[in-house]
Amino acid sequence: MADDLSPARAARERRSRLLLLTPAMIILLLAASGPLLIVLIYSFLTPGDYGGVVWKFSWDAWFSVVAERDFFTDELSFADAHLSIFWRSVKLSLMTTVAALIFGFPTAYFIATRPKRSRDFWMLLIMIPFWTNLLIRTFAIMELIRAEGTVNMLLLWTGIIDEPIQMLFTEFSIMLGMVYVYLPLMILPIYASMERLDFSLVEAAYDLYATRWRVLRRVIFPLVRPGVIAGSILVFIPCLGAYVTPRVLGGGKNLMLGNLIELQFGQGRNWPLGAALSLSLLAIVMVALIFYVRAVGRDGEKAHG
Amino acid sequence: MIEIEGVTKIYGEGKSAFHALDDVSVTIRENEFFTLLGPSGCGKTTLLRTIAGFVDPTRGAIRLAGKSLLESPPHKRPVNTVFQSYALFPHMTVAQNIAFGLEMQGKPRVEVKETVARMLELVRMTPMADRQTGQISGGQQQRVALARALAPRPEVLLLDEPLSALDFKLRKDMQLELKRLQAETGITFIFVTHDQEEALTMSDRIAVMNAGRIRQIGSPREIYDQPAERFVADFIGDTNFVEIELLETEGETAGIRLPSGRETRARSGAEARPGKATLAVRPEHARLVPPEEALMAGTLAEIVYFGTDTHYHVALDSGARFVIRQQNAPHHRQTHATGDRVGVSFAPGVGQVLRD
Repeated sequence: MADDLSPARAARERRSRLLLLTPAMIILLLAASGPLLIVLIYSFLTPGDYGGVVWKFSWDAWFSVVAERDFFTDELSFADAHLSIFWRSVKLSLMTTVAALIFGFPTAYFIATRPKRSRDFWMLLIMIPFWTNLLIRTFAIMELIRAEGTVNMLLLWTGIIDEPIQMLFTEFSIMLGMVYVYLPLMILPIYASMERLDFSLVEAAYDLYATRWRVLRRVIFPLVRPGVIAGSILVFIPCLGAYVTPRVLGGGKNLMLGNLIELQFGQGRNWPLGAALSLSLLAIVMVALIFYVRAVGRDGEKAHG
Repeated sequence: MIEIEGVTKIYGEGKSAFHALDDVSVTIRENEFFTLLGPSGCGKTTLLRTIAGFVDPTRGAIRLAGKSLLESPPHKRPVNTVFQSYALFPHMTVAQNIAFGLEMQGKPRVEVKETVARMLELVRMTPMADRQTGQISGGQQQRVALARALAPRPEVLLLDEPLSALDFKLRKDMQLELKRLQAETGITFIFVTHDQEEALTMSDRIAVMNAGRIRQIGSPREIYDQPAERFVADFIGDTNFVEIELLETEGETAGIRLPSGRETRARSGAEARPGKATLAVRPEHARLVPPEEALMAGTLAEIVYFGTDTHYHVALDSGARFVIRQQNAPHHRQTHATGDRVGVSFAPGVGQVLRD
């Protein structure tokens, strides 16, 4: 059929294909590549006195991402403040991912093993909070765990504790908030691969003397691994750049990367540093993504090659 | 030896209760090729899954060598299953699939390796050991599934319609292969199928099931030649049913009167009572004869040529139809034509009087 096409018609086909591609290309150019380029350029400029940038090339921003110069003695040292925030972001994101996996995996398994009719209902329950405004959900968590909040009141009332536990404005509260917010992103991909899982394989393993734990480890887990990896990436990456949750639940003491970047563009009036920090965050995300692609690629090779 | 005693499985409650298994009792001998045969939904797979441990019976007992199985979960029963869909682990190679059961049993590495090699040889899959299960054909997957289930040397092997996904030629080969494997391993096989021919050619004994109950148990010959009731006679092979009158019984035979008024003898169960009854006659057990020598007379309605044999459809004077199957001889000349007056005859003791 293809070689029946006249040259004019082939050209028309090519044009219409390009036309279809145009909106996506425009959005990518305007919303992704363009701003990214601006950020990259800004990170090599000098900060203006009242925010903004002065068009003078400088390495300073990149330099101060990891190091600082003592104001009086001119001595060089690691930028402890920045590094500890980097570390906290990665640590909290990893912990959140693990916690979301611990809660999300059994949930996905539970839903996937329900009768077909009730699965949609369970998935709806998972999705409803996801459709609620992020800020509202975060404040709800705050209401629950603040000193006079529901949890503390309940614990005091039942006599388990004598005085309120400080949960709000800790790393724990940030993690709790992020697990709550991103849990559906973990459950969805795991559920998707779990739903495709042939449960006669589970029976076969059980029939072949595998205990429940070994069935999970040797058969179920390897087969839903792509879902687990996808879910982990979907949780880990937005956690790294989380802004609202650490702002509301961390109380300004426990900054994460998102807050640090915002600070540079606001009160800090150091746009180049903000830009350099943003690109550093992007670099971490890239490393995580490369990790993901390689992990999934290995599965693909196994299945096909 | 597997003893199944009064096993009942009820799904649902009250009015909507469904008896998947209804008081099933059977004893399966050691090293027997035992087949559960029946239409889909008759409960044969449920019975198999009950033995494997995937279904808990509502009532009844299952014992293996005198020890109750029901308290053990599937992974503690010395029973392995070959699943209808094979259920091979897609993330493992052929050899890893076969090794799985042995590894789970905690067998030493050397022994696992030896057994896997032996199993691969047994099912003639040695060159495929390192293939992924997605890269081998349906028949090969079938053999891997067999090897995987046989490797841990179960006392009983359960086979859930394992040949139904294969094409005709492969099916024939695998039937022989299964018989060979059973003979070589000496393991009891419990085989589920809805294919009567498969059941007849492979089994030592067959249990015919319908609506959750076992209707008849016997050797293939017994089931075919002496069906106990209409369902069994109808389900297995082709059968002519003739409404007759039972006159008297004597041991395993009975005197009967055909609709034509002629009397003859037929086999019957010991519990048969005089009165109206149904006689089953296999098409190949009857002959086409001149009307004056016949037990029943009629007109030849149809002649169907089948290569190996010819089917004669006779419209009896009583109004019923009767089919006769005669083997074709070389140089055979067709002597009958549709519309001819013909007679149907069969030797005394060939027909079987059915239980209601």
